[in-house]
Amino acid sequence: MKLVAVTSCPTGIAHTYMAAEAIEQAAKTAGHEISVETQGAAGATPIPPEVIAAADAVIFAADVEVRGRERFAGKPTIQTSVKRGINGAAQLITEAEEAAAAASATHSELETGAAVAAADQADLRGASPVGLSTKVEPGARFGAKLRQWLMTGVSYMIPFVAAGGILIALSFLFGGASVATKVNGGTFNGHTYAAITDPTKILSQVGFAGVMYFIGSTAFKMLVPILAGFIAFAMADRPGLVPGVVAGLLAVAVGCGFLGGLIGGLIAGAVTLAILRLKVPRALAGVMPVVIIPLVTTLIVGVIMVVVIGKPIASAQSSLTDWLNGLSGTNGVVLGLLLGAMMAFDMGGPVNKVAYTFGLASLASGNTKIMAAVMAAGMVPPLACALASVLRPRLFTSTERKAGEAAWLLGLSFITEGAIPFAAADPLRVIPSLMAGSAVTGALSMAFGATSRAPHGGIWVVGLIGNPGLYLVAILAGMVVGTTALIALKSIRGDVVETEARPQETAAPVVPGNVVAA
Amino acid sequence: MSTLTTPELIDLNLGAGDRAGATRLLAQRLVSAGRVSDLDGFLADVTAREEQMPTGLEGGIGIPHARSPHVTEPSLAFGRADAGVDFGAEDGPAHLIFLIAAPSEGGADHMTILASLARRLVHASFREALTQVTDAAAAADLITREVGGA
Repeated sequence: MKLVAVTSCPTGIAHTYMAAEAIEQAAKTAGHEISVETQGAAGATPIPPEVIAAADAVIFAADVEVRGRERFAGKPTIQTSVKRGINGAAQLITEAEEAAAAASATHSELETGAAVAAADQADLRGASPVGLSTKVEPGARFGAKLRQWLMTGVSYMIPFVAAGGILIALSFLFGGASVATKVNGGTFNGHTYAAITDPTKILSQVGFAGVMYFIGSTAFKMLVPILAGFIAFAMADRPGLVPGVVAGLLAVAVGCGFLGGLIGGLIAGAVTLAILRLKVPRALAGVMPVVIIPLVTTLIVGVIMVVVIGKPIASAQSSLTDWLNGLSGTNGVVLGLLLGAMMAFDMGGPVNKVAYTFGLASLASGNTKIMAAVMAAGMVPPLACALASVLRPRLFTSTERKAGEAAWLLGLSFITEGAIPFAAADPLRVIPSLMAGSAVTGALSMAFGATSRAPHGGIWVVGLIGNPGLYLVAILAGMVVGTTALIALKSIRGDVVETEARPQETAAPVVPGNVVAA
Repeated sequence: MSTLTTPELIDLNLGAGDRAGATRLLAQRLVSAGRVSDLDGFLADVTAREEQMPTGLEGGIGIPHARSPHVTEPSLAFGRADAGVDFGAEDGPAHLIFLIAAPSEGGADHMTILASLARRLVHASFREALTQVTDAAAAADLITREVGGA
């Protein structure tokens, strides 16, 4: 085993060196290689970075702050007093062995994934490949780091969006859009279906398209947890993953969607970083990585998500709904404009949900125009992103351009979530653009008097649309507006490599997709 | 640079009963040898360090020490107290007491010899030899040889 250690004490003339000698002797006795950096009065010779990189564990025997501590970030670490380095060196070596073993137990698989994503990241920003966890440039400004964290989460999320979304779209193509309702239960074009509670019965009751839909919507449910988990992973390395994923799951559970997951991931990363910096009693050090850190971080982050964030979201949703109901008698075009903007605001989040549910309720009471406007507006965001990434590829990262290819199909299928990869990476510019486009589409759909007897399905239910020609015009018009705004806002700041997202104010949270929950 | 210690800095029959007394006796030897210019000033610095955390270590050793402006060159005064002097170690009083004096100014070179001394202190063989040694000259010789300073 390879170990590194740092010793330091207040005076820097005695204990620092005694501890170094004792730890070196103990390591040799146990058959390990070790390099010790003595931060004392005789000056410190830093351990070479490649030696640190190769080390299995780190020992800090220090009564004063270790200088350059960040060089050791991410390594299993034993922190103790300098005196214990002298008197208990053999025990320290044993603890370092245990910490290294605990860390390596789960390390290998993740490392592989991290390397892939790191390469992917490097590819899309032209930087050198680095471990995900250690961010791309340690000295980067906060804005740049934030973007790197978000992009890490997005790059892991995109395959879920693509796999899940395309499966759902294909199930509509092969089985008709009613498969979603047949699986989840509900009313579609006048027919009411009971939900299928046992997934193994989907094949016999709905057919293979139903199974495809079920698989796709299951993959879709991982979208927010993966986004949140890997944002936290990018910030705090492996310890961030558990609280991040749980934050994402809770964001979905309390109905605050991808923006909630994004914030949850950032909170999880920050909480984990804070806990990792705490000094803990020696007795606890051994169980820190396996038990204490996941337990404490997950509890703290979970409470924040459920109690602090969840409650206000729920009450905001109900007042939004009341407000919309109060508008029912007003001008249809204005209502379409509002509903359209809401659909694009958070793509499956609480605001989107309120608008979509309003559409469903209108449909149930026989008003098919509102349903049509809601669906058209929900198709625009992925389509606008896809179009913009084709027209101005340089404004998008290679990861985003790949997401754009899938977004065509997702948009046509009314899977608004197809735009989430774009929105999560650069929310402050993407979301307003898409809201403008969807608002135009919603208003036009109402103005044209288009109707829909289907609650979902997009282009695949065109047979259930009243006034389909103008309906498509409304969608195209929204796409043009959304794409133009997106290109304009993205062009404000140079090319993509230097693009500086400042998404810290993305306060509005959201929920999973319409299709999944339909 | 002269040697870290000399026979005049070694007291194999250190008589003092407490930490302050033992430290003062050893410090007086440093003053007599011209290695410390101000006895009380130096002792104040040593006491300040000792109050941060006692310097007694397991295995019966105490290492009072300080970086002080009153020290002219890196020095070691060594005392052996058969009765033992409490230096705050958990396992009992110290029998081998190393008073380490470091100048507050001075480059890393100066400090290297003290670092080397500190590393030797960890070795049981070194401590054992100092416990067995019978006269001051032999002790000084042993320390100088082990630490490698000259």
